[in-house]
Amino acid sequence: MAEISLREVYGKTLVELGRLNPDIVVLDADLSKSTMTRYFAETFPDRFFNVGIAEQNLISIAAGLAASGKIPFASTFAVFAPGRCFDQVRMSVAQPHLNVKIVTTHGGITVGEDGITHQAIEDLALACALPGFTVVVPADATETAQVIRVAAEIEGPFYIRLPRMKLPDILGEKYRFVPGKAGELKPGDDLTIAAIGVMVAPALKAAGLLQQMGIEARVLNVSTLMPLDVDAIIKAAQETGAIVTAEEHLEHGGLGSAIARETAKKFPVPMEMVALNSYAQSGKPEDLLKRYGLTAEDIVQAARRVVERKKR
Amino acid sequence: MTSNLNVPSDRISFSISDLQEVARRIRRNIVTMIHKAGSGHPGGSLSAVEIVTTLYFKVMRHNPSDCRWSERDRFILSKGHAAPLLYAVLAEWGYIPSEELMTLRQIDSRLQGHTECRLVPGVEMSAGALGQGLSFSIGMALAGRLDKQNYRVYTLLGDGECDEGQVWEAAMAAAHFKLDNLTAIVDNNGIQLDGFNKDIMNIEPLAMKWQAFGWEVIEVDGHSFPQLIEAFNNVKTIKGKPAVIIAHTIKGKGVSFMENNPDFHGKAPNSEELAKALKELG
Repeated sequence: MAEISLREVYGKTLVELGRLNPDIVVLDADLSKSTMTRYFAETFPDRFFNVGIAEQNLISIAAGLAASGKIPFASTFAVFAPGRCFDQVRMSVAQPHLNVKIVTTHGGITVGEDGITHQAIEDLALACALPGFTVVVPADATETAQVIRVAAEIEGPFYIRLPRMKLPDILGEKYRFVPGKAGELKPGDDLTIAAIGVMVAPALKAAGLLQQMGIEARVLNVSTLMPLDVDAIIKAAQETGAIVTAEEHLEHGGLGSAIARETAKKFPVPMEMVALNSYAQSGKPEDLLKRYGLTAEDIVQAARRVVERKKR
Repeated sequence: MTSNLNVPSDRISFSISDLQEVARRIRRNIVTMIHKAGSGHPGGSLSAVEIVTTLYFKVMRHNPSDCRWSERDRFILSKGHAAPLLYAVLAEWGYIPSEELMTLRQIDSRLQGHTECRLVPGVEMSAGALGQGLSFSIGMALAGRLDKQNYRVYTLLGDGECDEGQVWEAAMAAAHFKLDNLTAIVDNNGIQLDGFNKDIMNIEPLAMKWQAFGWEVIEVDGHSFPQLIEAFNNVKTIKGKPAVIIAHTIKGKGVSFMENNPDFHGKAPNSEELAKALKELG
């Protein structure tokens, strides 16, 4: 399966959108060569604003542009937004519900060698703490292009997190991203594996391994973390009776927390969370995923545990 | 009481004595609103009365019956704790009914303790966490340039607010983007919540800082209408860079026991104090 850079797709999709809509503007904080907003900068220099290394300024300027009818896409690394500019995102974007699209790259531990200061594993918790935000973590190139287009069309603030590394194109050309809806990638009744972003491909691989053991796992791509597709989650809880969540984020405040919150209220079932519980370290992305328990094998182990618990 | 004009700003011309009368009414409303609310920030509202009055009555094009008019000049209150001042000015123009002023800070009122832009017509930006308004204004000024609109953006900052690092991120960026449609005004009253700036966090030399960041700097007596009017006329002629008006003001201006008194940064006058204040304001 071809591996594609989601950042490249983001940058090129922005250029397409820029051609269609003159109100689209793009901001970056001296990382345009990494976030790939540079394609937009090269094509539409008048509509691109590089604010230098100043993330607070980045977000508040984007808010002022949005308040003036523009559709700003503001990009930096996930470790810097919303972390470095949380107050700006809160007061200048979330509270007035302005049409700012924050798209970050280099999310999670798979940023790799740059080390723990550059590994954003709290960003989704921060973003999901902001009422009115739509928080999306695309799983592959196909989904990324669609998410960016949808974000440009829908009024309101978005936080979209992309990884640094390339990902396999797993969803296929027929896939349609619908904001607020989880996509069922594989049917199954023994348990549900709900995954986002980098962890969707391992979730599918895990489901294949489980199938060889006679366990049929339903796989959900919960790309919209907020608003969560509560119907699909509760349906999965009722029909499969057990859930494993998989995310490249801290267990606190991410996908697992969000799903547990909803099932606890409406239909509690045994759950396991494949997620991070601490900061990681420098290393190759694949080595880090192994060391910190974010592989298909880890999902299989969690699935077997949760199916055992379900039987009790 | 307010004048409740409710007409486009360019339909009427105001004399200096008109402005003085407006400022007197606004000051009376500020202290009364804050007394009624039982909390709020009189000091930094009173210090900026002439600045904001000059903008709304002499400088800015705006229309109370169409607060989203695309060609309007924008006023951004970055020091959001001076909300009572902005509300009182908006009531003068009929953006909000003057009776509503006395609902400040109460449950179900549109008049939040710090400004909220979705609730109140004429409020451009939610503020309260300091330091964000100048950056927000850059966004508005860039949008105006992209859309080939000739509106101007006026941003009121506190001097204590200049402690915030983001103010200087914005100062650098506005000069870099050559935003001559953006004017900042610093309400330089010398006092922040905990005391005098010079004791808490010295911001001097303030004019040299703005100059070093690439801004045209004009210093005025922030309670002098003629000086403010002249300064705002001058900034419109400056090309290729933003301008800042450093307005030297007195915190709590107009009420003797609030003047230069850090205690009245964020404290409401009690009934006795209100009576005394209203008597002094006339």
